[in-house]
Amino acid sequence: MSNKQNQPQDEKERIGVYVCHCGSNIAGVVDVEDVAVWAKEELGDQGVVVSRDYKFMCSSLGQEMIENDIKEQGLNRVVVAACSPHLHEATFRKACERAGLNPYLSELVSIREQVSWVHTDKEKATEKAKAMVAGGVERVIENEPLEPLRVPIHPATLVVGGGIAGIQAALEIADAGYQVYMVEREPSIGGHMAQFDKTFPTLDCAACILTPKMVSVGEHPNIELLTWSEVERVEGYVGNFSVTVRKRPRYVDTDLCTGCGICWEKCPKKVIDEDFEQGLGYRTAVYTPFPQAVPKYPVIDTESCIFFANGKCKACEKLCPTGAINFDQEEEILLLEVGNIIIATGFDTFDARRIPEYGYGRLANVFTSVEFERMCNAAGPTNGEVVLRDGVTKPEAVGIVHCVGSRDRNYNNYCSVICCMSSLKFAHLVKERTGAEVYNFYIDMRTAYKDYDEFYQRVMEEGVLFVRGRVAEITDATRNPGEEGKLVVQVEDTLAGRQRRIPVDMAILSVGLQPPSDTKEVAQRFGISCSASGWITEKHPKLDPVATMTEGIFIAGAIQGPKDIPTSVAQGAAAAARVLGRINKGEMYLEPIRATVDPEKCSGCRICNNLCPFGAIIFHEDLMVTEINHALCQGCGTCVAACPAGAISGTGFSNEQVLSQIEGLLAYSFPKDFELVEMVPA
Amino acid sequence: MTKYLFYPGCSMQKNARSYLDSMMAIRPELDITFEEVDDWNCCGATEYWSVHQVKAHALIGRNLALAEQQANGSNTLVAGCSACYLNLAKTANYLEEDLQLRAKIDDALAVGGLHFTPGSLDIRHLLDIVFNDVGLEKIRSKVVRPLTGLRVAPYYGCMIVRPDRENRYGNPEYPTALDKLLEALGATVIDFPQKTHCCGGHMTQISPEVAYELLHRLISGADRYNADLIVTLCPMCQLNLDAYQGDMNTFMDTDYHMPCLYFTQMMGLAFGHDPKELGIGKEFVDAGPALAKIGVELPEAEERPKPKPRRKQKQEGLPMPRMGDGNE
Amino acid sequence: MSAMLNEEKNGAPISYMAEVSRATPGNCRLEMCIQCGTCGGSCPSADDMDHTPRQLFAMIRADMRDAVLASNTPWHCVSCYYCTVRCPQEIHITDIMYTLKNMAIAAGQYKKTIDADFSESFVGYVDEYGRSFELGLATRMYLRHSPLSILKTATMGFGMLTRDRLDFSPQRIKNLDQLQSILKRAGEIEEAVR
Repeated sequence: MSNKQNQPQDEKERIGVYVCHCGSNIAGVVDVEDVAVWAKEELGDQGVVVSRDYKFMCSSLGQEMIENDIKEQGLNRVVVAACSPHLHEATFRKACERAGLNPYLSELVSIREQVSWVHTDKEKATEKAKAMVAGGVERVIENEPLEPLRVPIHPATLVVGGGIAGIQAALEIADAGYQVYMVEREPSIGGHMAQFDKTFPTLDCAACILTPKMVSVGEHPNIELLTWSEVERVEGYVGNFSVTVRKRPRYVDTDLCTGCGICWEKCPKKVIDEDFEQGLGYRTAVYTPFPQAVPKYPVIDTESCIFFANGKCKACEKLCPTGAINFDQEEEILLLEVGNIIIATGFDTFDARRIPEYGYGRLANVFTSVEFERMCNAAGPTNGEVVLRDGVTKPEAVGIVHCVGSRDRNYNNYCSVICCMSSLKFAHLVKERTGAEVYNFYIDMRTAYKDYDEFYQRVMEEGVLFVRGRVAEITDATRNPGEEGKLVVQVEDTLAGRQRRIPVDMAILSVGLQPPSDTKEVAQRFGISCSASGWITEKHPKLDPVATMTEGIFIAGAIQGPKDIPTSVAQGAAAAARVLGRINKGEMYLEPIRATVDPEKCSGCRICNNLCPFGAIIFHEDLMVTEINHALCQGCGTCVAACPAGAISGTGFSNEQVLSQIEGLLAYSFPKDFELVEMVPA
Repeated sequence: MTKYLFYPGCSMQKNARSYLDSMMAIRPELDITFEEVDDWNCCGATEYWSVHQVKAHALIGRNLALAEQQANGSNTLVAGCSACYLNLAKTANYLEEDLQLRAKIDDALAVGGLHFTPGSLDIRHLLDIVFNDVGLEKIRSKVVRPLTGLRVAPYYGCMIVRPDRENRYGNPEYPTALDKLLEALGATVIDFPQKTHCCGGHMTQISPEVAYELLHRLISGADRYNADLIVTLCPMCQLNLDAYQGDMNTFMDTDYHMPCLYFTQMMGLAFGHDPKELGIGKEFVDAGPALAKIGVELPEAEERPKPKPRRKQKQEGLPMPRMGDGNE
Repeated sequence: MSAMLNEEKNGAPISYMAEVSRATPGNCRLEMCIQCGTCGGSCPSADDMDHTPRQLFAMIRADMRDAVLASNTPWHCVSCYYCTVRCPQEIHITDIMYTLKNMAIAAGQYKKTIDADFSESFVGYVDEYGRSFELGLATRMYLRHSPLSILKTATMGFGMLTRDRLDFSPQRIKNLDQLQSILKRAGEIEEAVR
């Protein structure tokens, strides 16, 4: 790679060394002036012509210092001894670039995170800092000027998941004028929000605020909606993804179907709806999950359909006025070309059967939060009436249990964020619809955001009773008078300081949130990773929550971690903004820190092929050599280390660079009996 | 023929002799042999641990060391009593994890010329080896007198399912090993909600009122589900439920007659053994009327009050909840 | 012994919580208590305790040494382990109860009540014979603590004897010397730590 500004390669290096004080962060432990003076004196033979120390190298003045030296002193290499490259590598590279030096001819050596922040002995720390500067100098000599890679960005975007986060992202991008493909696994978009009755803290009707957005998605000229579909395979790299989508057969011809509903009205086969109705209601074999479904086309569940079982019935086909039923429909495989992907696959709920002492699955009137949402929903199995399992009786006392399966090392250790608020919402709804006595059993009340704590106060005003205690058991084994025929919630009322047995008619378990069960496989398919608790890992938890470590793939909504609706919407919009920025620029520059295979040295052993975590390695069968796709390669170095022939080297981390740095480090003459084994207490 | 090292514990020698006898009686059908640890000492139950810690661990340490020494083709140590099992397992576990404790116990055992290597023994309860090693298939094949028509309440008590460090019982709140075992013997097993609730342990001797309350919960619970008898696997539980039932009735002003037998006795009956051989007849609450249901004759039968009719469940309304498959 | 608690600094005593934690084998995680109350809610004998287990832990944290040792809570623990398996922070609650019992006896509290006396007498028999001796234990307890109910209990005792479920005299192990020497040494180690 030739460069624009440098002197010819065989001329002696002229290196500038800059040692930063970082206030007292470094200077408090390392004698920075000494290091700078030492570098000029001892490393002059290596090519150090300028060596300075300065209070804050990352400041404008610090950067200008480097720029001036490059111009006036003719520097062609720069070593800055300061903080971690994570923070300011880019800063100093840009400074070099402004002065006309190729940015990859600078190195940042960390004498803060690796020296001053982990050692307390000043003398020894200074020795170590000097050794590290020596290493940095040796390495930078081997640096080659590099140019970033340019990749074009395809203007189409794939959004995986049609919940509120995905919907928001899709609408933002589509409204900006670009093509969006939305892939959703269920027959309709809407996600979990479509199941809810009201949303906290405003008590807005969930469907009323969601369905307009769903309709926009369905009608948008720029959005191609692929429901009842899944992503099978993802190939390519940022700006150029090839995505294979499997569109499952609905057995309904969407060109002919008008959504009139005669098919599911007349379908004779009724089954329990385990998905949308959470097991509380029924649906037919041919169905739409809920009345406002987008798209309006029903699907046939082949496992329950009589025709698929034994060839009989076909009532839907006979009765359909437009002849839209097609039992011979086949699945379609689509290949989509997109530039960016947004994953918004949402969450599942914790299976409360795992906590048998709460009685879920055995006791008739123990319900989960989502089941209760369906009960409250006006279009749900009880038409919005809050009733017991018999479908008729109103409860006179209801217990709402917080933290089911969350904040518990036996199940999920994290807090699921939204359960306190939804538990308060349930308390309000029960009070409103039944006038029953309501108890909320909690450990802590987590009502942190806008208008949330006010909502808590409102619910208290409505006369809901709060018991601070984590429920120990819910049982039908009665003991005391007044418990006969009821469910008993056994709990320690920690504020009153004694165990209480509270008889209720119904218990609602606020189950925690979990990543969807196949998230690991999905993450692998896209080449991104999950954390220990299963949520997809963001690029940086504080500063970059919607990006992932894989360029071009973004995440939004609960898949990044439990969160409420406003935050999901914000993340959907944020991801969309990132994507639109990319599309707008039309191309992207990728860091040239990449691995490259020397085809002369490659023997075709293919050891490296399966090691790449980013799927960047291609094997050419005809030539029997491996090649690395530079756009996908993230420069992790795994293949470089694995290659037995040493045929792979990294640009930006070549063998020469790394080995020289080690040599420089080791060549430093430490005083005799030097031992620097010190640990800062954890 | 699988061989196991065996730690009987003080109770099985006398108070729960029938447990030991029935266990020995069914060895041929299960194809297992037991070799008793020579010169074992008391495990300390719960009382010793209330007073001492290092001494209590040393008490167990001697048993473990003797068992390890004896080995003789097996390194699985089986206990029938839940407290013995828990103490042996707890100490063995702590000796592996806690190096400071290990040093202390090594020191103490050395004085007696003994040494125990943590990790050298696998400590298990009798129910565990019957269910997991022998297996339901084999047990079903040996049943000649199925317990058909007998309604049983499986009672695990506390200490084998909690704290289940080795995760042998699936769920400490809702284990199903004993339920499935009794089903395999042909009995009708009730879904006993208190199957892992505490019997009170030594509270019957120290704080009788507390104990009677706990026993009442268990017995009334079993009675509500029309169980004919409670099946247990721990001598202390059996003693409390059986010997103290009369006192409990007096205190609570109730009139229960709920017999309590060991699961090994149930197995023995199903395998066709004679009740006498299984130590049946030593109970305070006569098991005669219950066992008459499966055609087993005991010398004296007692008058028993009629069972209460079960409430029928209506089938309208919302679909009933389901437990899902496999909770073990 | 717990990992993270402050050790002795400059000769100042460690906290009571650290003391209790250290005296319990393994990592009992006492410091992780979030006061959720699951233990108190699960305990079958909570109604009879002076303080629920959770309260007791709050008192330990507050350095209320004397009040903790005077509480009857650990003595009502039936070792059912419900608290331990349900605790969301996996605290070894039952083991901590045993530690508190040990400490109460060592501090001279609870010597006269039946709870401690029963345990100490049990220990006495095991130390002497290597096995427990129920008849001796029961007789001693009733004579000392509730002589009036001895007649009632005698009926049950008689029932046990006639059903051949009770020994008249204590059983002994063979190598009693061996056991006693081990226990003596263990006792010395125990004292040294205190």
